[in-house]
Amino acid sequence: MLSVQPPAITARTLAEQISAAYEQKSSLIITGGNSKAFYGRHTKGFELSIAGYSGILNYEPSELVITARAGTPLKEIEELLAEHGQMLGFEPPSFSDTATLGGTIACGISGPRRPYAGAVRDFVLGATIINGKGDILKFGGQVMKNVAGYDVSRLMTGALGTLGVLLDISLKVIPKPAVEETRILPYDHQQMSTLLSTLGRQPIPLSATYLHKNLLYVRFSGAKAGVVSAAENIGGDVLRQADLFWHQLKEQRLPYFNQDRSLWRVSLPPNAPCVPDLIVDTESVTEWGGAQRWVYPKDTNALQQWASDNGGHASYFRNRPDANNCQVSSNDTNGSSFSPLSPALLTLSKRIKHSFDPHNILNPGRLYADL
Amino acid sequence: MNSNIAANIRTQRLASLIPMLSQMIPDHAILSEPEQLKAYECDAFTTMRQMPLLTVLPDTIEQVQHVMRCCHALDIPVVARGAGTGLTAGSMPVENGVLLGMNKFDKIHDIDLHNRSAWIDPGVRNQAVSDATAPYNLYFAPDPSSQLACSVGGNVAENAGGVHCLKYGLTVHNILELDVITIEGERITIGGQALDAAGYDLLALMTGSEGLLGIIVGIRVKLLAKPASARVLLAAFATIEDAGNAIAEIIGAGIIPAGLEMIDQKGIQAIEALMHAGYPVNAAAVVICELDGSVKEVEDELNSVLTILHRLNASDIQISTNEAESKRIWAARKAAFPALACLAPDNYVMDGTIPRRALAQVWTKINLLADEYQLLVVNVFHAGDGNMHPSILFDSSDEDQHKRATELGTRILELCVQVGGTISGEHGIGLEKINQMCLQFTNNEISQFHALKSAFDSKALLNPGKQIPTLARCTEFHSMHIHNGEMPFPHLERF
Ligand SMILES: Cc1cc2nc3c(=O)[nH]c(=O)nc-3n(C[C@H](O)[C@H](O)[C@H](O)COP(=O)(O)OP(=O)(O)OC[C@H]3O[C@@H](n4cnc5c(N)ncnc54)[C@H](O)[C@@H]3O)c2cc1C
Ligand SMILES: Cc1cc2nc3c(=O)[nH]c(=O)nc-3n(C[C@H](O)[C@H](O)[C@H](O)COP(=O)(O)OP(=O)(O)OC[C@H]3O[C@@H](n4cnc5c(N)ncnc54)[C@H](O)[C@@H]3O)c2cc1C
Repeated sequence: MLSVQPPAITARTLAEQISAAYEQKSSLIITGGNSKAFYGRHTKGFELSIAGYSGILNYEPSELVITARAGTPLKEIEELLAEHGQMLGFEPPSFSDTATLGGTIACGISGPRRPYAGAVRDFVLGATIINGKGDILKFGGQVMKNVAGYDVSRLMTGALGTLGVLLDISLKVIPKPAVEETRILPYDHQQMSTLLSTLGRQPIPLSATYLHKNLLYVRFSGAKAGVVSAAENIGGDVLRQADLFWHQLKEQRLPYFNQDRSLWRVSLPPNAPCVPDLIVDTESVTEWGGAQRWVYPKDTNALQQWASDNGGHASYFRNRPDANNCQVSSNDTNGSSFSPLSPALLTLSKRIKHSFDPHNILNPGRLYADL
Repeated sequence: MNSNIAANIRTQRLASLIPMLSQMIPDHAILSEPEQLKAYECDAFTTMRQMPLLTVLPDTIEQVQHVMRCCHALDIPVVARGAGTGLTAGSMPVENGVLLGMNKFDKIHDIDLHNRSAWIDPGVRNQAVSDATAPYNLYFAPDPSSQLACSVGGNVAENAGGVHCLKYGLTVHNILELDVITIEGERITIGGQALDAAGYDLLALMTGSEGLLGIIVGIRVKLLAKPASARVLLAAFATIEDAGNAIAEIIGAGIIPAGLEMIDQKGIQAIEALMHAGYPVNAAAVVICELDGSVKEVEDELNSVLTILHRLNASDIQISTNEAESKRIWAARKAAFPALACLAPDNYVMDGTIPRRALAQVWTKINLLADEYQLLVVNVFHAGDGNMHPSILFDSSDEDQHKRATELGTRILELCVQVGGTISGEHGIGLEKINQMCLQFTNNEISQFHALKSAFDSKALLNPGKQIPTLARCTEFHSMHIHNGEMPFPHLERF
């Protein structure tokens, strides 16, 4: 078993700080490792740092479950899992060594394996949170199957800390695949769609795809027999140092991501067409078998409209023009980072936020102006 | 409720509701005769019954919206019903409320091969989705044992799972989009065709919400490619510890079986008596393990599993070599409940989930508790995901046995919560387990559930009284629970 160090800050002190903020109706900015400060909208308030609330609480490989405090560095978790031949199935990007587990869950960003293994929320089994009144609440558990009460722990993923401060999180983990192989094919968008649509109907151990400048990278992971035969079947060239490549993609360290323009993320049905040249540069990066595109738009309104017309949505990811100098004191802009919600959904979301955070003190406005 | 008052409310509600409903809903879709309503009294938890005020059977989304608007305007509760196979009285009507039957929504509208998804009505049967998509080599993964009968709407509302959910997930992992009608009659789309949607993850929240947050009128399900091959093996163990360790070691070795089940000795004997499936009747436990994937992959994994089984002294190992043999092994497992029915008139099936590491410990403790309460408990587990179904066998005509069975059930669920588990793995809470919610959740947590519920349904008209207990009920339950020897919840009929 693990010997768990007492955290530098305790759940109780955090709860007290939140209770006090609730009484005074003063806003809090929840920070983990400050690795994703670029993401979401600006918000003002006192900093509530979770980074000191750290430590892995429970991990037994045969359970396929890990439980850790929210401030635990993601790196620490990934290293421990790797020692036991396991990993986080959603391959989260960390964007910095300081990234914490809490921030990872709160942002809900999944990596290359997402379409084939599941998203962040698919791996969340349980969470202890503090709501906006300072109540410490526990939902879910450390087990795969649990249908007692509403699934609040999964609701926390991607909520950007606007519904509660995450304290302890239990995640399902998966075995690291025995073998991986990546092939490169000279394919355009249409060829990619056709290929992946066919592969998707066969039991093939696909685990990631990447398309850029008419080169399609396809990764297979799993038992040796399945990976070797799948790779041979699709042909193409073998990518050397594939691990490094997928890591750089996930962490957005490929040259494509290093541009001084606003980067957008577009989420679409996998077989949606190419984003038209009129709206974006043709060189955009396509991941997730077509379901995730990284683009530098020429016209952001047109992009959001196009995404919505094609069954998806588009959001600012990095380098918002009004966020060049990230300061807490920078004014709260009205610009939204994410695609607008329908009026009915927005009303419902506001009521949900209110049910957790009646005085609107947790990361107010970080997700949408009203949330 | 006082029967006179109830009768008055009934008369008033019928007088105001029927004319209003009739503006949009044809007469034949509004059932009000007692003999018609009788069929809607209960779900598969047949001993809790309640006649509804009316049963309405809409067949268009506009009609569902109209029902909701009428009920919202008149403050009349609404309970959605899928196929009624629920095991926790989740779709049992509410006194003087409307029962909204969704079974006319039974069409598969669109199978999208490119995106491997299908847009279906909520009343479509689970098995029908896999049947319709089989020609394309696709299937819908969640496989509750009731899949021939249960509706996908009911699966979403219960977050149903089955033998294969260890590897392929529960309903929550296998849906992409929902169309939902709110109690105010508004239509909202949650999720989408893409892999995520903007805003809060309401798809996860709706899944498992037992019809308390909205009426599901459309579902986009995810479809998976059928595995190329699958093999099932069965192994006998002389001790429960060895069987438990086998489960842990298989998973620890990096193998995720498509199914991993375990049955104790009394269960094996009961099944064998009914099915003559060749189960080893002297074993303390059997483990059933299904492996799927490419032919070569399955072969490799089979060898690794066999090594583990031999090291842990497994005997009587049977390995299926074809589909018929796999079916034989599974058929016996799936007949566990009918087999138990031969042992005692009543069977109180529990549905707790525990971390796998606690398996042997909890199992031993359950046997001690069974001795203490002098009742027979048989264990059939979805061992791979720690979901246990201890069956408490008894005779409800014997009042004392009935009382002991009820108490024992609560003790077992308490045990599950103590070791880090939960009081329901797949059947949900409904009305049947509402008191045990107070074992797992604190008052603050239950208050948060209520606050969340009122964000969707401020008048508490959707399936009221189910899933989330009132705080007063928990207080009552806890005080009853402390007083040893007292009947914990006499106001609830059971079994
Ligand atoms: C000096 C300073 C300057 C800042 N300037 C800006 C700025 O200009 N623009 C701007 O947008 N923000 C700014 N912030 C706010 C701050 O960067 C974000 O609110 C915070 O960084 C997000 O978390 P993170 O990147 O540290 O952690 P990550 O760990 O990357 O967290 C990302 C998201 O998760 C949330 N989160 C993290 N941990 C938890 C938890 N345990 N429970 C619930 N939610 C959690 C965060 O609030 C955030 O929404 C600033 C913060 C500081 C301290
Ligand atoms: C023999 C047997 C074996 C079973 N095995 C399993 C198993 O292995 N795993 C498992 O998970 N379950 C199992 N069950 C339980 C049951 O089949 C599932 O819970 C199933 O999902 C219920 O579906 P249904 O259509 O019958 O729903 P119903 O029983 O009609 O309703 C269940 C709940 O869903 C709500 N609901 C139904 N339709 C809608 C809708 N359209 N919108 C909103 N709410 C709705 C109802 O209000 C109710 O709360 C079993 C049941 C039986 C009888």
